[in-house]
Order: sequence, then structure tokens, then C-alpha cells
Amino acid sequence: MEMILKVLSAAVRSGTPLLFATLGEIITERSGVMNLGLEGLMLIGAITGFMVSYNTKNVYLGFIAAMIAGAIFALLHAFMVITLRVNQVVSGLALTMLGTGISGMLGRSYIGQVAPKFSEMRIPILSDIPGIGEIFFSHDILVYLTYILVPLTFFILFKTKPGMILRAVGEEPSAADSRGINVYLVRYIATTIGGAITSAGGAYLSLAYTSMWIENMSAGRGWIAIALVIFSAWEPFKAMIGSYLFGGMMATQLRLQAGGKVNISANILMMLPYIATLVAMVIFSSSEKFRKRIGAPTALGIPYSREEKT
Amino acid sequence: MRKAVFILFLSVLLFLMLIPNPAYAKKLKVAFIYVGPIGDAGWTYAHNQGRLHIEKVFGDQIETTYVESVPEGMEALQVIRSLVKKGYKVVFTTSFGYMDPTLMAAKEFPKAHFFHCSGYKTYKNMTAYFGRMYQPRFLTGIVAGMMTKSNIIGYVAAHPIPEVIRGINAFALGVKLVNPKAVVKVVWTHTWYDPAIEKEAALSLLDAGADVIAQHQDSPAPQQAAQERGAYGIGYNSDMSAFAPKAHLTAPVWNWGVFYEYAIRGILDGTYKHGNYWWGMKEGIVDIAPFGPMVPDNVKKIVNVFKEAIIDGTFDPFEGPIYDQEGKLRVKAGEKLSDEALLSMDWFVDNVEGTIPKGAGE
Repeated sequence: MEMILKVLSAAVRSGTPLLFATLGEIITERSGVMNLGLEGLMLIGAITGFMVSYNTKNVYLGFIAAMIAGAIFALLHAFMVITLRVNQVVSGLALTMLGTGISGMLGRSYIGQVAPKFSEMRIPILSDIPGIGEIFFSHDILVYLTYILVPLTFFILFKTKPGMILRAVGEEPSAADSRGINVYLVRYIATTIGGAITSAGGAYLSLAYTSMWIENMSAGRGWIAIALVIFSAWEPFKAMIGSYLFGGMMATQLRLQAGGKVNISANILMMLPYIATLVAMVIFSSSEKFRKRIGAPTALGIPYSREEKT
Repeated sequence: MRKAVFILFLSVLLFLMLIPNPAYAKKLKVAFIYVGPIGDAGWTYAHNQGRLHIEKVFGDQIETTYVESVPEGMEALQVIRSLVKKGYKVVFTTSFGYMDPTLMAAKEFPKAHFFHCSGYKTYKNMTAYFGRMYQPRFLTGIVAGMMTKSNIIGYVAAHPIPEVIRGINAFALGVKLVNPKAVVKVVWTHTWYDPAIEKEAALSLLDAGADVIAQHQDSPAPQQAAQERGAYGIGYNSDMSAFAPKAHLTAPVWNWGVFYEYAIRGILDGTYKHGNYWWGMKEGIVDIAPFGPMVPDNVKKIVNVFKEAIIDGTFDPFEGPIYDQEGKLRVKAGEKLSDEALLSMDWFVDNVEGTIPKGAGE
């Protein structure tokens, strides 16, 4: 029992950086813009957060700076793909390279340094609930932020007018345009906000998970997040489930090894997260209800241009 | 307009990728090929410290450059070729996966010198070099064995290959020497480098009762996990105390500069002989990092006694009797393991808890 709680708690912790990135990309993609530069954005977030936190000794400022930096780089992507209509895949990959390179360069002098970090902050009363408290309410403040961010994103996307406009732009940009919606502006805003949230996932790695900067510290999480966006069918709550599932499988296989009582090959344990993802995808897509709702925004990856319309 | 901006964007990218630029002068030009970024605070960082060391020692006589994050395999050959064509007559390739490309380059450019780290193939102008990291690992095992109170020591390990297994065994033998009751629990991460997974692995060991965390991983994340839980840590690659000052007891570390200096001096004098160099603490290519303030004097004393004995050759960590996990006698009393047996090790000593995934050592 004790071990199960620990595993679930670890699942939330290690799923959180993925969740930030997945959530950011969902917002971006819902507007019809694909951003494959998540890995780069996470690294930008990680280094900016660390630099600011190190120099100001204020971890909150670091986190905010990370989100601003992510927004700026996402804006660059937006300019490329929305205004210049560069191929979104190419621009996204370029953003990953750019983010990796710039973060590496900026980070040179910060290697071996330690900055303030978000420490564990148990929520009174809630953390005393047996089980639930240990799993969900014995983390740092950034984890709690996602508890707000996920329902908020869901609410805005599906229950408000701005959210409806954003989704309309991602599904039928020309129809939205004819209703007087500024498609470019909506996509700019969605991409920028999405980038800021993705970078927050990177900052989680350098400000909460650890308190250090090392190059490429996101170690491929940006790519996993892209897969999770599809897994989650572009929905925030499923993104949460997917992120925790992924984090949880990883935590389980490590803990089974540490427990020392299980004699399963570590290779098989390593495959668990991927098998779980596959199984979940099969279950999700075989149910009629889910299948109808699954599917990318129709205009995803297609640059919008008013002139081309006749 | 659209194209122009995009081209500008691409050229900025290209420019960033070209840093650092090789300079131009008539000196012995030495190049390093790294598998990771020099900012990894681990393996590549340690090699780069070695490069900086020879720059300092030889000053104007040499000129160095490096290429980071070069994929292992045939792509590396292109990188080596272009370096040699730019006049780099000495090339160090610092990861196992560069072995065959390095050998091919050595045959292609007979006048250049090649040095490959952690492999076994050599040629008339190609050296294989590595360090006996198991020696300082054994010493850090002594430290861990004396510092543990729960008698459970966690070991975060990357991949089940002989190099890592050898390190775990040496460490466990060090633990056993001073504390026969303690066990070493191993968790495989199956990655050299992923700070979040490394930290999670360390946490899982701490949850399982470990109060000292050792690692064969390239990031200091396991050390930070140890510090957060008030446990101790033993780093790897280079002194990681800055990352977790309250936890960091010591670390087995690489001093690649010692070998790099020897090789460059030999090449400058024209006396260098290519071959297989597997140096140890005696030559100084491996060592242990300074002790943290929490390590008591009696621990330091014992470690120093064994350090001296290893250096003057009167003691070897793999001296028998050594039993494996099944209780089988692997090394008889009075004997010690041959280099061959060390290089193909695929079994754990008896105080290790954990399994080696099948297919290891192949």
C-alpha cells in the first residue's frame, strides 16, 4: 500500500513536465497551428528559469521569465508559419534546434551552479486526506498550478466564446474568417500562450525536479508530449491522464526494481509505458463515443491565407 | 520577402551551429569528438576538462577544437574526415560507439594519430585508452559502507554493460570489506542521461530504505535526490559536490588530462607508441574527489590506506575469494581477475541486490 501511494505520487511528479508541454501544444494545435518545437521550448524554459532564478534568487521570477521566454520563441514560430506561411514541420524542427543551441550557449557559465528551487509544499487539510493527500497534495506549487490550469483550459476551450472561436479557427478557418474573426490574430495568441505553457514544463525540470541546469535536460520529453497530444485527443483532462500514465509507468518500473522482489526483466519493465500508451489508445479509439470525438483539428498544419480564397 | 527572412533565419541557425570555429595557425592541431554536450556536467564535461588541461600545459605549441553531440556510428566518420582535412592530425574520439569509424579513419589517414576511448581495437596509428574506474569505485564503496546506517545502499545504474557491472561489483566489494551486512540495491534507468529519470530512480531507492545513493549516470540529479531526503550521495565523473553539498560524500572521478598530456607530449617528441592504454589510479587518470565535510577521519584513513595499496600495486579490488549472487565462487582466494574477465563481466557479487537484464555484456 505504502509503495503504491509512493508510485502514484511519483507518477504525478514525473508526469507534470509532460503535462505542461502537452497542454501548451493542445492550445496551439486547437487553433490549427502545429508546433513541433516543444523540445526546444522546454529547454528555453529550463535555462531561462534557471538563469533568472539564480541571479535574482527568486524562483517565482524565474518561472515567470521562463514562460515569457517561451512566449517569445513561440511568437517567432507563429511569425514563421502564420505570417510567412513557412512549412510548420520545418519551422517547428528549426525551433527545436534553435532552442537546444541557444539554451546550451546561454547555459555554459551556469553549469555546476545551484539555484533556488520550488520545494515541497503540503497543502494543509487536503494533504491529510489518506491516500489522495499523499498522491496529489504533497508536491510543489507548480504541480498545483496544473490542477488549476487543466480545468481552466478545458473550460475556456469548450465552454466560453473565445474558446469556441479558437476551435473554429482550427477547424474551419475560412468560415471563421467570413464571420469576421481575425484568424491570424487568434492563431498568434494561441501559439504564444501554448509556447509559454510548454516552457513552464521545461522550467519545472530546472526549478522543481532538480535545481540545476545541464544541457539537453528535457531529454526528449518534448517529443513524448507531441505523442501525448494525439493520445489525449486534444483534450486537457485526457492529457492529464496520459501524462500521469506515462510518468506512472516509469515510476513503477523503477520502484519494482528497487523493491527487489520482482524478477521481471528490466527490458520488459522499460516497455511498460509504451505498451500502456498503446493499450490506452486502442481502448480510447475503439469506443464509439471516443472515436467520434477523436481526431485532429481539421485545419491543423495548414497555413491560412485570405488571398487564396476565392 | 518571405524567403529572405527564412534564409536569414536559417543562416543565423547555421552560424550558431558553427560555434566554436577552429582558429588558423601552424601548430599541432588536436581535435576531440564528444558524444554529448560539454555542459552535461558528466562524461563529456570531464573529457573537455582534459582538453582544457592540455591547452594550458602546452600553450602555443598546440591548438585544440571539439565537436559536441556527434552521433555514434558512421556519421562520426564524416566528422573525423572533415577534421583531418582541416589539418587536425590528432583526433580523440571519446565514446565506445566511435570505435569502428575511428579505425576506418586511422586506415584512411595513416599520417594522423587517432585515440579511441573505452574500446578495444587498435591500429598502428590508433590507440585504445580507458581508465580503471573500478579502483576508485571500490574506494567509494568503502565510504558508503561506513556511512550507511540502514545498511541499504542504492545504486542508480545506466546500462547493463560490463563497464557498469564492473563498477557496481567493485563498489559492492568496497562496501562488503567494511560492512558485510550492507547490501547494494541496483536500479537500471536504461539511459546515460535523463536527469528526471535518474532522480526518480534515486527516489525509488531512497523509498526502499537506502540512505546512501551511488550512481553510474552522467547527471548530478541522483545527488540532489539524496540531499532532499537527508541521505548521502556518491557522485560520478567529476566532483559533484556543488550540486548537493550536504549529501555529496565523494565521487570516483576521471582525470583525462593526465593521459591527454602524456599522449600529446609523446607526439610532440616523436616518441609516442600506439597501443592499448588501460590506466589506473597509479597513473592518475582516475581518482576520488575530495571528501565532504561529513566524512569522519577514520573513514578517510581507511580509504587512504587502500588507495596507497592500489597505487603501489599491493592490492587489487578484484582479489579473491569473490562469490557471485548464486553463491558460486568466481575468484579463488589468492587470485585476482584478469583484464579479460573484467572487460566481459556479466555477473554480480553476492551483496548486490538486483538483476542483470538478459543479453547484457553482448
